[in-house]
Amino acid sequence: MIFGFPIISVAIWLPIIFGVLVLSTGDDKNAQMARILALVGSVLGFLVTIPLYTGFVADTSEMQFVEMHDWISRFSIHYHLGVDGISVLFILLTAFFTPLVVLAGWQVIEKRVAQYMGAFLIMSGIMIGVFAALDAVLFYVFWEAMLIPMFLIIGIWGGQNRVYAAVKFFLYTLLGSLLMLVALIYLYNVSGGSFSILDFHQVAIPMEAQILIFIAFFFAFAVKVPMFPVHTWLPDAHVEAPTGGSVVLAAIMLKVGAYGFLRFSMPIVPDASHYLSGVMIALSLIAVVYIGLVALMQSDMKKLVAYSSISHMGFVTLGFFIFNAYGMEGALLQMISHGFVSGALFLCIGVLYDRMHSRKIADYGGVANTMPVFAAFFMLFAMANSGLPGTSGFVGEFMVILGAVKANFWYAFAAATTLIFGAAYTLWMYKRVIFGAVANPHVAELTDLNMREKLIFAILAITVLGMGLYPLPFSEIMHVSVNDLLVHVARSKLPL
Amino acid sequence: MSMQSLYLLVPLAPLFGAIAAGLFGKWLGRTWSHRITIAMVAVSFGASVAIFNDVLAGNTFNGPVYTWLTSGDTSFQVGFLIDKLTATMMLVVTSVSLMVHIYTIGYMEEDAGYQRFFSYISLFTFSMLMLVMANNFMQLFFGWEAVGLVSYLLIGFWYTRPTAIYANLKAFLVNRVGDFGFLLGIGLVLMVFGTLDYAAVFANASAHVDDIAPIPGMTVSLMTAICILLFIGAMGKSAQFPLHVWLPESMEGPTPISALIHAATMVTAGIFMVARMSPLYELSDTALSFVMIIGAITALFMGFLGIIQNDIKRVIAYSTLSQLGYMTVALGASAYSVAIFHLMTHAFFKALLFLAAGSVIMAMHHDQDIRNMGGLKKYMPITWITSLIGSLALIGTPFFSGFYSKDSIIEAVALSNLPGSGFAYFAVVAGVFVTAFYSFRMYFLVFHGKERFGHAHHKAHDGDHEDEEVSADHHHGLAPGQKPHETPWVVTLPLVLLAIPSVLIGYIAIEPMLYGGYFGDAIFISEHHPVMHELHEEFHGAAAMALHSLTTLPLWLAIAGVASAAFFYLKRPDIPAAIQKRFQFIYVLLDNKYYFDRFNDWFFAGGARGASSFLWRNGDVKLIDGLIVNGSAKMIGMLSGVVRHLQSGYIYHYAFSMIIGVFVLLSVRNWFE
Repeated sequence: MIFGFPIISVAIWLPIIFGVLVLSTGDDKNAQMARILALVGSVLGFLVTIPLYTGFVADTSEMQFVEMHDWISRFSIHYHLGVDGISVLFILLTAFFTPLVVLAGWQVIEKRVAQYMGAFLIMSGIMIGVFAALDAVLFYVFWEAMLIPMFLIIGIWGGQNRVYAAVKFFLYTLLGSLLMLVALIYLYNVSGGSFSILDFHQVAIPMEAQILIFIAFFFAFAVKVPMFPVHTWLPDAHVEAPTGGSVVLAAIMLKVGAYGFLRFSMPIVPDASHYLSGVMIALSLIAVVYIGLVALMQSDMKKLVAYSSISHMGFVTLGFFIFNAYGMEGALLQMISHGFVSGALFLCIGVLYDRMHSRKIADYGGVANTMPVFAAFFMLFAMANSGLPGTSGFVGEFMVILGAVKANFWYAFAAATTLIFGAAYTLWMYKRVIFGAVANPHVAELTDLNMREKLIFAILAITVLGMGLYPLPFSEIMHVSVNDLLVHVARSKLPL
Repeated sequence: MSMQSLYLLVPLAPLFGAIAAGLFGKWLGRTWSHRITIAMVAVSFGASVAIFNDVLAGNTFNGPVYTWLTSGDTSFQVGFLIDKLTATMMLVVTSVSLMVHIYTIGYMEEDAGYQRFFSYISLFTFSMLMLVMANNFMQLFFGWEAVGLVSYLLIGFWYTRPTAIYANLKAFLVNRVGDFGFLLGIGLVLMVFGTLDYAAVFANASAHVDDIAPIPGMTVSLMTAICILLFIGAMGKSAQFPLHVWLPESMEGPTPISALIHAATMVTAGIFMVARMSPLYELSDTALSFVMIIGAITALFMGFLGIIQNDIKRVIAYSTLSQLGYMTVALGASAYSVAIFHLMTHAFFKALLFLAAGSVIMAMHHDQDIRNMGGLKKYMPITWITSLIGSLALIGTPFFSGFYSKDSIIEAVALSNLPGSGFAYFAVVAGVFVTAFYSFRMYFLVFHGKERFGHAHHKAHDGDHEDEEVSADHHHGLAPGQKPHETPWVVTLPLVLLAIPSVLIGYIAIEPMLYGGYFGDAIFISEHHPVMHELHEEFHGAAAMALHSLTTLPLWLAIAGVASAAFFYLKRPDIPAAIQKRFQFIYVLLDNKYYFDRFNDWFFAGGARGASSFLWRNGDVKLIDGLIVNGSAKMIGMLSGVVRHLQSGYIYHYAFSMIIGVFVLLSVRNWFE
């Protein structure tokens, strides 16, 4: 709190209230009002999160801006919010993307505008809630609530096969979360009747139970990340989702799963985390190598970027489970960078889709001739996706590979293949879409970016380059929290 | 101005130019775009000269600019290391870059992407300077990849040409294979030394000389592992066998960048890197041997390929590969200063040869086939003379710059006693004949003999790629009756300015650079590798060295090469054709570049695509989605189809099952008691 001002609550509820307001503008007669209201709400929503960064005290791993109120006292459930160096950046990332998504859908979404914009605002608030919740039940409520707007966004504004994709998305993630609920209730009992996540961190748990809890959390979080082999919902969801949906899905929602590993699995069951780290590393490396290869032959641009996302998230889980500072900080930086880069790439594909109504690589060719400005932005984001130094995509990959060498040279060897595969699938797609002679009359008629699109891409380009050239502001804020987490995870929690 | 701000000015000035021409090129227009970028590179060159003088006066600098990232206890910094090695590289990079900038005004005059081109070459200059000025491995890798990016952008500059966008993707990916090793090498350095700062790593290197590399399942010396991994990066960037395959195809880019990037500067980054890492390489004889053998293979076998090329730029490209091999051999022989010396002389004469080739190409209306040229000396005297100077320097004519550097390499290899030095000596000596032969084959075919132009017939060149199509501006050629003309002064001025150092720099620089302790602490040589020391004892001044060469094998090999080229291509052009027929299998082998491209396309590119399709169809689609995800959905559907029959709605069905249930439960209870 700053001067008694519940800043996290405002960050959560302001977009939700604006979302409800936007919804109340009703049908498409008032579409323009809905858009403006949504933009105002989302920009305000971002502005209110800035004090979280500027007022953040970086030399402690204690929770900051804490809010604590009774909610259901019968079960000692609290409305308990707070941030540390691990979660604070994701709150900013979430709020940062909402205005961009609103802008991206400004002209493209013509039907049910208010509902579309409202869903994104509400979802933004809920996702901030997930990152800020310190009470397990509150977390669980946000966690499950997050599914609903995304389910609607895919199911209503999606492509042809949207119902299959929406249901697959919903069931996949719901099944995972149910096991987590069981684990949370068990923890409530062993912690002597507390739902505070911070209490869970302290309670001693026998090994067998730790392993079961780890597995329960694993299903909830691994599906969201998504890790191999529970990743197959993601390509379908991305392909069918509207551009804004894909952006939020890739930029924010995938991070929630990885965040869960840091906030729940590792500190609550450290012994099981160490015990099963071999499996986690193996799955991460499969994601990097196998998914990197699978991405190569995709004929649908969105599917390709979706597979690329899975491969990049493999770096995140790899970084976590090698248990060293390079790896973990690299993984967190990779999460943030992947938010920017994959979000930007989905926006790029969206720009093409809005004009050509096709995501097939084969329908394009020679776009640089008609859309040179777009081609330049796309080049930057493609290079960032290939991990080029100077862009944000490099920082995390570099750090995780350095950390992996420290853990085991061969982990790094497998992970570093992304230098080749990542460049291959990204730049081969870029070549087929952007370079070459004008492939067909549709490409010849393309118009370059308008001011609104240029604005969106310029913001993202500055961010991607800024983070690549000067990542220190991103890393120093998480430093102490990561170090303390590593110390905490190194201590056994088995009962004496 | 303080020296520190001067250091900053050197890379930042071209960066400013790149941003100006890149983002505001449309608004600035053509003239202002090239004025600004050229002025900025000139500033950078001027500052480099000032820094060079300062360094000569004995001042060096090693310090951070800003902290890039901290993680754990490690701080990653962006910073500069300015010593004589750096200062030399800065001079080479900025001077060649300045020449190329000026030349571009003429060469790209009619191109629609004029401002974009200036932006790219200025961006390249910035990246290359960041690479050579780095004081740590992280920044080295930044520059390393950034020059790769600009190279990718420039090879694909004419992005509508299928060959260009094939070549640039290939160049990037092959370089990434090298960077794969490079990054793992950096990882090992950080793990062992706990820092990526050069000075700290080099200072502690000898303490780890007997360590075993922390690679599970392998027992290999730590230094060998680090050095070979780093060198794999150099093999990509400096196009050493077998990662050389991208360089010939990079000729798809406009000629000015072939001179700047793919001859003078970027491809020498690997050579520079190994010289910079001499305190590490000196600790591993295995790595040095490896370096020397790879370099020797490249020097000789890539030279052979130059003999049969008909595209003027490709002849020079193979020559560049071969010369990079020479530099690498010198590194392997612990003659780092000789490698840098050859890097410098080569930068000047090879940039000169490329720019002269570009001048020829302009005069020939973008026909690059040397079979269609001949007798050009009459029409373009400046290009002719400067080309001759460049060729003489390349083949190692006494008193020319290339002589001093190449002869020193040959001598150094002769003195080396590492495993593989025998083969390397044979390769570099034989390479002298090959170099002289292909250089003067090209020279005679272009400038002498019968005039063969004026028959603009459009044949597909080389047939490298099945998908090649002849684009409008690619193979014009001169129409019947048209004569070539000398190119404008913006083109010929850089030729003249580059011809001067191509002649003189060797004579001037050899004594101070190799034997005057010029590099000082920048290069470290262990006492187990006394090659430079012995070379020094044999050296009695630059003039004496040139005179002495009259009695040595390499000079006569070079003369033999020139003479046979003259005989075959001026006197008896029927003989090469006959040889080609007679030894068809060798010709086919060379024409297919030892089948490397075929193999790579089939094995790596095809293999990756095949594996990708297979894994996707069988892994994701069939196994995970088909069997497990949708399979369990189907299973639930089937089960519920069966269970549904129990819900019949007839009360006697329910009553009956209830009775059976009670009966079963009671029996179970009785049975347990």
